Amino acid sequence: MLLLLLRRALSGAAVVFGVLTLMFFLLRLAPGDPARLLVGPAATAEQVDAQRRTLGLDRPLPAQYGSWLGRFMQGDWGTSIATGRPVARTLAEAWPATVRLVGISLLLSYLLGIAVGVLQAARGGRLDTTLSVVTVTLFALPGYWLALMLVMVFTYRLRLLPAFGAAGFDSDFLTGGDRLADRIRHLTLPLVTLTLIGIGGTARYVRGAMLDVAGSPFVAIARAKGLSPARVAVRHVLRNALIPVVTLLGLSLPALFSGAVFIEAIFAWPGVGRVLVEGVVARDYPVVMAATAVSAALVVAGNLLAEILVAWVDPRVRG
Amino acid sequence: MKELWRDRRAAFGLAVLLGAALVAILAPAVAGDPIAQHDIVATRFLPPLSSDLHGDFHLLGTDRFGRDVWARLAYGARVSLGVGTLAVLVSVVVGVAVGAAAGFWRGWAGTLLLGLTDFALALPRVVLLLLLASLWQPSAGLVILVLGLTGWMTIARLVHGEVRALAVRPFVESAVGLGASDLRVLVRHILPNAMTPVIVAAALGLANAIMLEAGLSFLGLGVQPPTPSWGNLIASGRDTLVNAPWVAAAPGVALVLVVVGATMLGDAVRDRLDPALRR
Repeated sequence: MLLLLLRRALSGAAVVFGVLTLMFFLLRLAPGDPARLLVGPAATAEQVDAQRRTLGLDRPLPAQYGSWLGRFMQGDWGTSIATGRPVARTLAEAWPATVRLVGISLLLSYLLGIAVGVLQAARGGRLDTTLSVVTVTLFALPGYWLALMLVMVFTYRLRLLPAFGAAGFDSDFLTGGDRLADRIRHLTLPLVTLTLIGIGGTARYVRGAMLDVAGSPFVAIARAKGLSPARVAVRHVLRNALIPVVTLLGLSLPALFSGAVFIEAIFAWPGVGRVLVEGVVARDYPVVMAATAVSAALVVAGNLLAEILVAWVDPRVRG
Repeated sequence: MKELWRDRRAAFGLAVLLGAALVAILAPAVAGDPIAQHDIVATRFLPPLSSDLHGDFHLLGTDRFGRDVWARLAYGARVSLGVGTLAVLVSVVVGVAVGAAAGFWRGWAGTLLLGLTDFALALPRVVLLLLLASLWQPSAGLVILVLGLTGWMTIARLVHGEVRALAVRPFVESAVGLGASDLRVLVRHILPNAMTPVIVAAALGLANAIMLEAGLSFLGLGVQPPTPSWGNLIASGRDTLVNAPWVAAAPGVALVLVVVGATMLGDAVRDRLDPALRR
C-alpha cells in the first residue's frame, strides 16, 4: 500500500516535471523575442543584445533550462509583466479559491450523480429513459454557456444572485452571518454551473457501472435470498460499482479543472483558472507558466487522492 | 447501418449530425450573408421570427449589428463542425499510430510510448490549450492541431489493448509464419480488426472537440471574428444578454444538440459492438 502510494507520488512528480519541461521548450519555440518585447520597439540592436544578456538568453539552451528549473523549484516564479507583482504570491492567493469551488462541486456532483445513477439502474423503464436524456444533456452543456444562461435568468431577470467575484464590494464591512451569506450567494451560480454538468457525467457512469455489476451471479443470489430490491441495489450492486466510479473520480479531475477554468473566467472567481485566462489574454508569460504548473500540480494531487480512495474502497488493490 | 437506425439514440444522433452537416455544407443556399450589415439602426436586436423594415425575415432574430443570427449560425456550423472533424482526424491518426506501435513492438519502445500516453492523459487539456493559444497567433489551423494533439490518448489506449490481444491470435501468427513483414502484418491484418472501438472514441472525441473549439473561441483564443464560429457567437451574445438573449442562446442550443447527438451515437455504437453490454 505504502509502496504503491510512493510509486504514484513519484510518477505524479514526474508529470509535473514533464509539464514544466514542456512549457519551457514551448516558450522558446514560440515566435516573439522576450528581450525585444521588454525593451520596446524604439530600442537599438545593442540595447536588445544587452537585455538578452541580462535575461540569460545568450546562453546555450540546456544551461538556460537548468537555471530556470532551479529558480522555479526554489519558488522564484518571476514577476508578472502586466501587474509587476510576484507571480508566486498571486497564485498563493488564488489556489484556495479554486480548490474550494472544485472541491465542493465535486462532492455535490458525486453525491447527486450517484443517487441519480442508482435510481436509473434500479428502476429502469420510462424513468431510466427520461433521466438518461436529462443526464446526457447536462453532460453536453458547455459550462460557459450554461453559466451565461444562469446569469441571464438569476442575475438579470430575477435579480436574485450576484454573478461577479467571490464576495461583494461591501464584504469587509459585513460581520458574522451576513458575511457568510454574502459568500454563499456569490458561490451559488459558479457552483451550480459546475455541479449540474458534473452530475450528468457521474450519473451516466454510475448507471453503466451498476448495470455491469447487476448481471453478476452474486446479485442473482442476493435476489434469490429474498432481499428487498433497494437492499440489493445499495448493499450489493452499488458497493461493487463504486470501485470504477472512484477510479473515474481521479480521471475526471483534469476535465473538472478544465471546466472550472471557463467558469472562473466568466464569474470572475478569484482562482487559478481566472489568473490563467487573464495571463493568457494579456500574454503574461510568467503568470501563464506558473498557473499551468500549479494546475498540473493540483490535478496530480487530486489523482493521488483518488488513488488512496480506491485502495480504501477496494481491499484487493491494497495487496 | 440499418440496425443502427432502429436504435432511437443512434437515429437521433445520426439525424442531428447529418442535419448539422447539411446546414453547414448548404449554408449559402439556406441562409443569407452572415457578415453583411445594412441599415443597423432599423435591423438590430430584432427578436426571433420577425421581419425587418426591408421585409427580410429573421428566423432567429438579429444581433446588435443587425446581422442575421440564423445565417451566422449556419456559417458558424462550417467552422465549428469542420474544425471538430479535422481535429478528431488528427487525434485518430496519432492515437492509432502510437497505440498500434506500443501494442505491436513491446519492449522499451512500447513502454516508452505507453508512458508518454499516460503522461499526456494526466495533463489538464484546457490548460495546455490555453498555453498554446497564448504563445501562437490564434487561428483555425492552430486550434485543429492543438485539439488533435491533445485528444489522441484514449484512442491510443484502446488500440494498444486491441492490438496486443490480436497479435497472439492464430491468423496473425500464420501471417507472420508466411513471412509477411512486421508492417504488413500490423497494417493489413491487425489494424483492420482493431478499428471498431476507435469509431466510438472518435464520435465521443468529436463531441469534445466541438465543445472545446467553442470554448477557445469564446475566450477569444480560437477562431477570430468576424468569421463566425459557435464559440465566438456565444461570446458576442454575452454583451447583449439583457437586450437580446437569443444571440447567445441560439448557438448554445445548436452546440448542445450536436454534442448530445454525437454522444448518443457513440453510446449506441458501443452498445451494439459490445454484446456483453447489450441490455
